[in-house]
Amino acid sequence: MTFDADRLGRSGTAFASAQSEGRAALVGYLPLGYPDVPTSVEAIVALTQGTDGVGCDVVEIGIPYSDPVMDGLAIQRAGTAALQRGVHTRDVFGAVAAVAATGTPALVMTYWNLIEHYGVRAFARDFTAAGGAGLITPDLPPDEADEWMSVSDEYRLDRVFLVAPSSTDERLAMTVAACRGWVYATAVMGVTGARTETSDAAPTLVRRVRALGTGLPVGVGLGVSSGDQAASVGAVADGVIVGSALVSTLLAAEAAGTPRDLTALRALVGDLAAGVRRAERS
Amino acid sequence: MTTRLPDAHGHFDRFGGRFVPEALFAALDQLEKEFRSAQADPAFLEELHSLQTDYAGRPSPLTEVKRFSAYCGNATVLLKREDLNHTGSHKINNVLGQALLTRRMGKTRVIAETGAGQHGVATATAAALFGLDCTVYMGEVDTQRQSLNVARMQMLGAKVVAVAAGSRTLKDALNEALRDWVASVDNTHYLIGTVAGPHPFPEIVREFQRVISTETKAQMLDRYGRLPDAVLACVGGGSNAMGMFADFIDDESVQLLGFEAGGDGIETGRHAATIGEGQIGVLHGMRTYVLQDEDGQTKDSHSISAGLDYPGVGPEHAWLAATGRATYDSVTDTEAMEALKILTQTEGILPAIESAHALAGAMKVGRRIAETDPDARPVLVVCLSGRGDKDVDTAIRWFGLDGSVDATAGA
Repeated sequence: MTFDADRLGRSGTAFASAQSEGRAALVGYLPLGYPDVPTSVEAIVALTQGTDGVGCDVVEIGIPYSDPVMDGLAIQRAGTAALQRGVHTRDVFGAVAAVAATGTPALVMTYWNLIEHYGVRAFARDFTAAGGAGLITPDLPPDEADEWMSVSDEYRLDRVFLVAPSSTDERLAMTVAACRGWVYATAVMGVTGARTETSDAAPTLVRRVRALGTGLPVGVGLGVSSGDQAASVGAVADGVIVGSALVSTLLAAEAAGTPRDLTALRALVGDLAAGVRRAERS
Repeated sequence: MTTRLPDAHGHFDRFGGRFVPEALFAALDQLEKEFRSAQADPAFLEELHSLQTDYAGRPSPLTEVKRFSAYCGNATVLLKREDLNHTGSHKINNVLGQALLTRRMGKTRVIAETGAGQHGVATATAAALFGLDCTVYMGEVDTQRQSLNVARMQMLGAKVVAVAAGSRTLKDALNEALRDWVASVDNTHYLIGTVAGPHPFPEIVREFQRVISTETKAQMLDRYGRLPDAVLACVGGGSNAMGMFADFIDDESVQLLGFEAGGDGIETGRHAATIGEGQIGVLHGMRTYVLQDEDGQTKDSHSISAGLDYPGVGPEHAWLAATGRATYDSVTDTEAMEALKILTQTEGILPAIESAHALAGAMKVGRRIAETDPDARPVLVVCLSGRGDKDVDTAIRWFGLDGSVDATAGA
């Protein structure tokens, strides 16, 4: 699979670097503000490091939202707690800057109303100033994205849209054509959350996107929680996306009375990073 | 006003649309296609008509309420009696239509959100009638204040899931139903109860509720030989109001008046006056007015009426408000409960608290007209969207009734 350098943007370039090492990229998600803003920034930076300095190739920072209709319980719980503890949209720029300082591309993944309310152009401006790479917009399909398309062109930001097993060929082509960076394949029909078995729909969906010949990497998300699962997804996709399982380590740390303890988080990141490095690539 | 909206992309100008995960697009497209083919299928329309007539009890009466009108200035007030429909509200109109669509799509399960429980009861009823599996999501707060309806749904064979997330009211029930649907869309139809959500739901629900205004218009012309001066309805998500407005939108002489829940009063910040106090945003798959904070987080709404306790509103209402074709005002808990009591005691009709907001609106509008134009004799039609049996517990608390008798005889 040869990628189209013109469409890779900054986050897609990280996928290409991973590919040059003969492996899939690891993409990690954590929400801003859980267990509190400073610790969440520390945790988000830890995604890039794991335990031994080997971690995610791309970081997704979530901004908690009051009505997270696409999220399962783990991300809901962390997000609700973060909101109760007073997280604000503007707090994301500090986290973006901290990740950017590590050299790892930082994406923001959030529900569209928060961006729209901040102002699409204003957000792009402040996000770019902080060193951010782009946005993942799970509830903003290209059909509704006119303003974001032009603003992201202006600021040269990556725009990652989602595709699903239920996407028609026509919608798949339209959505992939609108992406810059990479394509987010939600391989499980359902909300976010760790699953013991990852979806068998993933290989088919990845194949369908690649068949479009657009030269964009494909990341597969929803359900991965271990290095072994990362290895199996990494065998078929260009990137392995992990969210809920990472969030769960933070929920468990708080439940154990040690909310600032990132040991388990770092260990899981290390396990996942090792997983994508031992995948048998197809 | 000859424009037919929504447009092909589900937009009412800047409102509406589809802000949903890609996983749902195929189902929304399938639904839209099935709806269009059904609307053009005489057999479908005939079956729906027959269900409305022989099962739901349509057409619903248009009742002139003379003693209640005395509280409304010089106005003549008529009630469109959706409270007399089977299951006790207008919700059955939409549910029967969507249940037929569900069967047409070959799906075997329906899910629904409900606030007051009216839509949940109606959905559970249609599910029983059509032999569909049914799960109803209801905010935990609402399951407590509307426990009678929880039991009704369970008797009808539905599974009722209390939603303990967020504000634990209607918006959270909607969130949970959407989560279910993303995972179950292959065999499940999301039977949305209001003119909200992603396209094509606002249009579908409006069309299945349109019968309210179609009948009202015919009844007015038949009995009075004229159109009303205004039609009035309460607005939460806005389904009974869209039903009441739909056939009058092109009749410019007819004012369209919607009444949102003013809760404890707009000035307290504890209300559900989305159009009045909200800002344009995206919620539940649509662009519309939303009660939101400085960051765009949805604010909790407040109303004594579970069915109006929603921080968003259907996109067509947002459009009608923005264009000025319809006018929206708010009615407080106190005003609504006063209107509920007056209608009950002057006409022997116990309205749902939701509908009482529209009645209070009629009192305000009628009195205002009488002040500004004492010679005017306006005719106001209020959509009495539901009956108040479910609200007796709330009324007991509000009016301080303790359930004790007035006297004992025979002892």
